[in-house]
Amino acid sequence: MSRIRVELPAPLLRHAKITSGHEVSLEIETPVTLRRVLDALEEAQPTLRGTIRDQATKERRAFIRFFACNEDLSHDSPDDPLPEAVIAGREPLIVLGAIAGG
Amino acid sequence: MSSVRILAGTRKGAFVLTSDGKRKDWKISGPHFTGWEIYHLKGSPADPNRIYASQSSGWFGQQIQRSDDGGETWNPVSAEFKYEGVPGTHQWYDGTPHPWEFKRVWHLEPSLTDPDTVFAGAEDAALFKSTDGGNNWTELAGLRTNATAPGWQPGAGGMCLHTVILDPTNPDRIVIAISAAGAFRSDDAGKSWKPINKGLNSKFLPNPTAEVGHCVHHIAMNSKTPKTLFMQKHWDVMRSDDAGDQWTKISGNLPTDFGFAIDVHAHEPETVYVVPIKSDSEHFPLDGKLQVFRSRTGGNEWEPLTKGLPQQDCYVNILRDAMAVDSLDDCGIYFGTTGGQVYCSPNGGDDWTTITEHLPPVLSVEVQTLA
Repeated sequence: MSRIRVELPAPLLRHAKITSGHEVSLEIETPVTLRRVLDALEEAQPTLRGTIRDQATKERRAFIRFFACNEDLSHDSPDDPLPEAVIAGREPLIVLGAIAGG
Repeated sequence: MSSVRILAGTRKGAFVLTSDGKRKDWKISGPHFTGWEIYHLKGSPADPNRIYASQSSGWFGQQIQRSDDGGETWNPVSAEFKYEGVPGTHQWYDGTPHPWEFKRVWHLEPSLTDPDTVFAGAEDAALFKSTDGGNNWTELAGLRTNATAPGWQPGAGGMCLHTVILDPTNPDRIVIAISAAGAFRSDDAGKSWKPINKGLNSKFLPNPTAEVGHCVHHIAMNSKTPKTLFMQKHWDVMRSDDAGDQWTKISGNLPTDFGFAIDVHAHEPETVYVVPIKSDSEHFPLDGKLQVFRSRTGGNEWEPLTKGLPQQDCYVNILRDAMAVDSLDDCGIYFGTTGGQVYCSPNGGDDWTTITEHLPPVLSVEVQTLA
């Protein structure tokens, strides 16, 4: 098991009524993949279902990106292992809303 | 003493506006769901403390919120809207097949009798129903699998199911409208549907009197006369006296019959309100003058209502779900604008006051009349 830090965008923190900072912490079984992290996140915070990935297809929503360790992981397979620094808890997995006006 | 509660959905959150029966002094709470688009909120006629809200975002998708205390607090319920079976295709703007894709909920219509039952009108067009307060949603797939559906096309705002009307005298009868497919009716509680567009004439169609393809903007009904429906179409104001089987044009002396919003007086079933908009490419009032038009004869003869409304330099729009009426003895009429104003007439349209004028663009207005 690894303890993973996930940084969420402000609108999702408000939506899920998370007031303890910008991150949530999740216990994930190895191998630690994006899919497992998102599954665990949605299990821990059911109100986030559908906000990061489509509820039916589980595809990443178009304006959502996944960053970690200065890398864009958005187009990686969700079943690839996450970077070692994320698995070790030194770096967060960042869920980011694309910058767009309005 | 009676009071009223306005539920305003805006581009950046929801607002709850309350007043006593005089409708003079208002208290505004919000924004709720800050930064999210709130296409629609509506309270249950069976329990006014139960309110449903459609919350959506281009970034984060669709959410549904529920309040059980009149809008004081909210909790998210399920937003899992799954089309039944293989969704198939409808027509895209250019007439090519396009897969059915869920985008958002435009309209929530709570049951007239059960606070836990609520209908959701979606884009791409489909009707969903929950019987457990929004915790689970099931598609009434007979609509989307209607034989005409592969030929439906989106309007400029998307292929949205934006109007849901429940017949108070017949629980099996539901009327809905889709832009730009037209109006449809079910007489078996949503199992099967038929287009009800006879009498509509849309010049943008190859066949202007086609069975489907009409851009219906909104439909309104007075609960005392449920077979009489009033429609604001893309162009044309229409009425039907047989629950949509046949429509007749009632634009009469309107200066323009383009518009989005339409509603009916709570106590006078032949008194109808529209807000004429200049044209389909100029979504603002004629000559910069914001005028509500009222017909007391069920259409054709219309009078402008201007007292208290801006009569110069006004270039806002009034969207399809942004007009509502209360049911106090002196019927109140309300509407919101894309400029963020919410107006109230406490006397059936004769006089208007500005409740608030700096909200985000108003997408929807509903009113609850509270005992």
